[in-house]
Amino acid sequence: MAAVLHRSMSGAAAGTVTTAVRVRELTRRFGSHVVIDGLNLDIAAGEFVALIGVSGCGKSTLLRVLADLDTEIEGEVDVAARRAVAFQEPRLIPWKSVWKNVVLGLAGLPDRARADAALDEVGLGHRADVWPKVLSGGEAQRASLARALVRDPDLLLLDEPFGSLDALTRINAQALVAELWRRHGYAVLLVTHDVEEALLLADRVLMMESGAIAHELAVDLPRPRDISDERFGALRRQLLTWLGVRVRDAVAVSA
Amino acid sequence: MSVLDPAVGVPHSSSEAARRPAPQQAAAGAPQLASIKPRRLAGHGLPRPLRRTIGPLAVLLLWQIASVTGLLPREILAGPTAVIASASRLLATGELQQAIVTSLGRAAAGLAIGGSAAVVLAILSGLFRLGEDLIDSSMQMLRTMPIVALIPLLIIWFGIGEQPKIALIALATAFPLYLNVYAGIRNVDQKLIEAGLTLGLSRIGLVWNVVLPGALPNALIGLRYSLGVAWLALVFGEQINANAGIGYLMNTARELFQTDVIVVCLMVYALLGLIVDALVRVLERILLSWRPSFTGA
Repeated sequence: MAAVLHRSMSGAAAGTVTTAVRVRELTRRFGSHVVIDGLNLDIAAGEFVALIGVSGCGKSTLLRVLADLDTEIEGEVDVAARRAVAFQEPRLIPWKSVWKNVVLGLAGLPDRARADAALDEVGLGHRADVWPKVLSGGEAQRASLARALVRDPDLLLLDEPFGSLDALTRINAQALVAELWRRHGYAVLLVTHDVEEALLLADRVLMMESGAIAHELAVDLPRPRDISDERFGALRRQLLTWLGVRVRDAVAVSA
Repeated sequence: MSVLDPAVGVPHSSSEAARRPAPQQAAAGAPQLASIKPRRLAGHGLPRPLRRTIGPLAVLLLWQIASVTGLLPREILAGPTAVIASASRLLATGELQQAIVTSLGRAAAGLAIGGSAAVVLAILSGLFRLGEDLIDSSMQMLRTMPIVALIPLLIIWFGIGEQPKIALIALATAFPLYLNVYAGIRNVDQKLIEAGLTLGLSRIGLVWNVVLPGALPNALIGLRYSLGVAWLALVFGEQINANAGIGYLMNTARELFQTDVIVVCLMVYALLGLIVDALVRVLERILLSWRPSFTGA
C-alpha cells in the first residue's frame, strides 16, 4: 500500500497539541465498495466535533480508522497519540471488576486510587468492586467513560455512546459528557445519528455523505444549550434538511 | 404534508378500518373477564426432593425383594445387603481404599499429561494461524478415531504395565479439552478484543487479560467432558492386565463370581465420577463468578 501513515502525534515535540486530528484524502474500500472516499478532516485541540450522517454513510468506519482499529486505508491520518474510545456498547471486560476495567492497559500495576478517582468523577465510585455485568446500562456506559478519562486523553472518540440508553439516562449521560469535556478540555469526536444530541454538545457539526464531509455547521450557541431556543430550532432544521428529512413548511418559514 | 407530523405520518386508510371487527362492547356491553388462577408450585403434598428419592428407593426395594426370594440368584446379581456387606468388608481390609488410590492416581496422571498437552496445543492453534494450520487439521482428524481401538497398539508400544493405561487416559482426555479450549479462544468476543486494543494493551496483555479468560467457560466445559472420558478410559485401561486398582478388583471378582464385589466397584466408579463433577462445579463457581448466572449461588 502506498499510503503514508503517521499515527503518532506532534504532542511530544512542543508539549502541547494544537491539532487533535488531521486527515487528508482518506479512502477506505471494502472490496469494490468505497466507504470513505477522499475524506479531509481537521479537529483542533479541545474542540468538540459531532459527526452525523445516515446509517451506512461511513461515520463509524471513520471513527474506527481514527481509533487505529482499521488500518487498511489510503491517505494521511494524524491522530493524537493519547486518545481514548467509548463505544456504543460499553465493552467492559466481563471478568474484571469495574475498577480493574478502568485501569486496564495502563502501564504498571493496577492503580486502585487512579481508578477510584476516575469512577468518582462519573459518579460511580460506589460500584468500583462489582462485576460489569451487574451494572445497569447507564452505569456501564459511565464506567466506560471513566475508562476513557483515566487515560487523560487529548482526543476522545465517542461512537454513538448514548445509542443504547433509555431517554432519561441519555439526558444525564449527555450532561456528564459535556461537563467532563468542559473540565478536561480534550478534543472530542462524537459520532451520532441524533441531530439534537449533536447540537446540544458540539462546537461544530459535520455531516458525512457518500464517504466525505458534505456539510459543516458551526454551533455558536451559549452553553448550556436549550432545545427550545429558536436559534437551536433553526440549526436543527438546517441539519435535518441536509439529512433529507422534510420539515413542516409552517415551522420552516418562521426561521 | 410532512413526514414529521405524526397525525399525517401514520395514515389510517378508511378501507383498513372497515375490515377490522366491530368493537365488542357494541354487542355485549362490558368485555367478559376471565380470571387467571395462580398455579400451585409444590403440589401433591410431598416436597420435591423427597419425591425424587421415591423412584430409586423403590428400585432398591424391588432389587432386595428379588434377591431374598431367590428370583435373582447371587451368581447373576448380589442383593443390596450383600453389596453393602462386601463393601464394608473391603473397606475394613483396606483393599477398596488402596484400589481407589491406585485408580485415581492413574486417572490423575493421564489427565495431567493429556490435559496439559491439549491446552498447549489449543493455545498454539488458537492464537497463531501457523499453529492452526499445523495442528488443528491433525487434531480434527485424530479425534474421530475411537481411542479404545488403540489399546492393542498401546500394549505393543508400552507393554502391560502402567504406561498403556495412563497413555490411554491421556489420549482420551486430550481431545475434548483441545476442541473446547480452541473453540473458546476462537469465539472470544471481537468487540472486547477491539476494546483491549484501544486501551493500549500489548499482544501479550491482550492474550492474558482478554483472550484466555474469555476462553475459560468453554475450557471448563471441555474439562468436564475430559473427566467423563477419563473414567471411561480408566475402566477400559484397567481391563488390561491390572494388578492393582478398581479394575483389578473387578477382574478378580469376575473369576470368583463375586457379583457383590463387582457391584461395589461399579458404585465406586459412579461415586468418583459424581465427586469429580462436583469439584469441577466448585471450580466453575469460583472461576466464573463474573457471570451473572453465578451471582445468586
